[in-house]
Amino acid sequence: MSGSLLTLAMGQYVPGDSAVHRVDPRFKLATSFAYAIGLFLVGGWPGLSLMAIGLAGLFVAGGLPARYVGRGLRPLLVLIAFTFLVQALSLPGKALVTVGPFSITREGLDQGGFLTFRLALLLLSSVVLTATTSPVSLTDALEWFLRPLARVGVPAYEIALMVTIALRYIPTLLREADDLLRAQRARGVDLSVRNPWRLAQGVMPLVVPLFVLSFRHADDLAVAMASRCYHGGRGRTRYRELRAGLRDVVGLGVAAGWLGLALSAGRWWGP
Amino acid sequence: MEPAAVDIVDLHFSYPDGTPALCGVNLRVQAGESVAVIGPNGAGKSTLLLHLNGILRGQGQVCIFGVRVQDGTLREIRRRVGVVFQDPDDQLFLTSVAQDVAFGPSNMRLSEEEIARRVHESLAAVDMQAFGDRAAHHLSFGQKKRVATATVLSMQPDLLVLDEPSANLDPRARRQLVRILRGLPVTKIIVTHDLPYAYEICERAVILSGGRVAADGPIDDILGDGELLDSHDLELPYGFAVAGARS
Repeated sequence: MSGSLLTLAMGQYVPGDSAVHRVDPRFKLATSFAYAIGLFLVGGWPGLSLMAIGLAGLFVAGGLPARYVGRGLRPLLVLIAFTFLVQALSLPGKALVTVGPFSITREGLDQGGFLTFRLALLLLSSVVLTATTSPVSLTDALEWFLRPLARVGVPAYEIALMVTIALRYIPTLLREADDLLRAQRARGVDLSVRNPWRLAQGVMPLVVPLFVLSFRHADDLAVAMASRCYHGGRGRTRYRELRAGLRDVVGLGVAAGWLGLALSAGRWWGP
Repeated sequence: MEPAAVDIVDLHFSYPDGTPALCGVNLRVQAGESVAVIGPNGAGKSTLLLHLNGILRGQGQVCIFGVRVQDGTLREIRRRVGVVFQDPDDQLFLTSVAQDVAFGPSNMRLSEEEIARRVHESLAAVDMQAFGDRAAHHLSFGQKKRVATATVLSMQPDLLVLDEPSANLDPRARRQLVRILRGLPVTKIIVTHDLPYAYEICERAVILSGGRVAADGPIDDILGDGELLDSHDLELPYGFAVAGARS
């Protein structure tokens, strides 16, 4: 259990020194956001294909292994398949295959394929962002975008710190859950049963100590932070201020140009 | 006359459930000393430690380098007293080693350049300069312990307080930490029940037992008195002899 859980939690960021890795995280976050919106604005296959080519370019430039495509899609594979099937079966049009009351239509396949591809690109764009940006950089960027809200009382630094600490403690809590699980197994608890009632009985002794441990961590963490002069984000200075360079601006320009091209593709490429 | 690094007068503290933890502690530590606070489990060692930087506040008086621990002085006190806790996992809560070491200096509102300098120096002091960009949870326990020490050193404390520094360390990591701690030119208080470890680093020992200072003196005398140790549920490991044990 621990192996798969730890892989899931920690396998997101792929350390590297590629051009994509080095881009300012604020630019990457903004581009990802724009890309997600662009995916829903783009009207046809030509535009969506350009979006896909752009993303593939980032995958290659980021030096990400091909297996990350599969890994990125796996969590929502069922949803993607479901979306495709519903579209393929529900849209009226020229029937290609008919089984009982259900017909798969050409229009359904086209629309289902389009929506599925869009969903897959959305997932994969988040993979590029998280695989090439360390959690620290991501939270730094998040804090930077929240900073203007600090003027109206939104605790921008605290929110970013909370996100950082939550991310940091995922592997710790998974390891502890695994330790507890082993301790329970050593005393004869069987979590491989199919009976939901018995499964719940087995999981409860795991959940309660995990909560207790979490609260203890929170307590110790608060003491450790107070001991290092933490008094909230106000007036704090930063270890590494984010600074954008020419490369970042050029990168953003290329991304914006490509996005513009994809969005307008329908006009000059036909429907 | 230079004020004492630590001056505790008649300190009492009870936990919210009424359990007394400190029952009139008096302790004076001069600047530059290395003092081991030893005692059995439940003696009040960790409770005393948390009074040194005002995390806990009991009745009585605690002064650090002449500054009394009270509401208005907490920021100054916590800058001067660096506490390294027993479990490094709860001191390393950011996503890279360098960010963790920079956390204290950032709270002290230092400039970006000064923070970077301190991060570099502190990591170098614990032989971890090559690990700045690593995530703390990928380090070994001994490495985490050294980084936890660096997170405190970066605040340039005048008094370094360590809670059970040798707990869970393998012999090699133990040896490395001893070498690092002995080389640090600050006043040190080491709270432990690992008597040989205390002996390697400190020249003075204080036995805390039942919430009181039961003995205070040169560490050779304290650890050499088997009867005294026995009466406070302390014991040297089998085969350990005080004379000649210091390397």
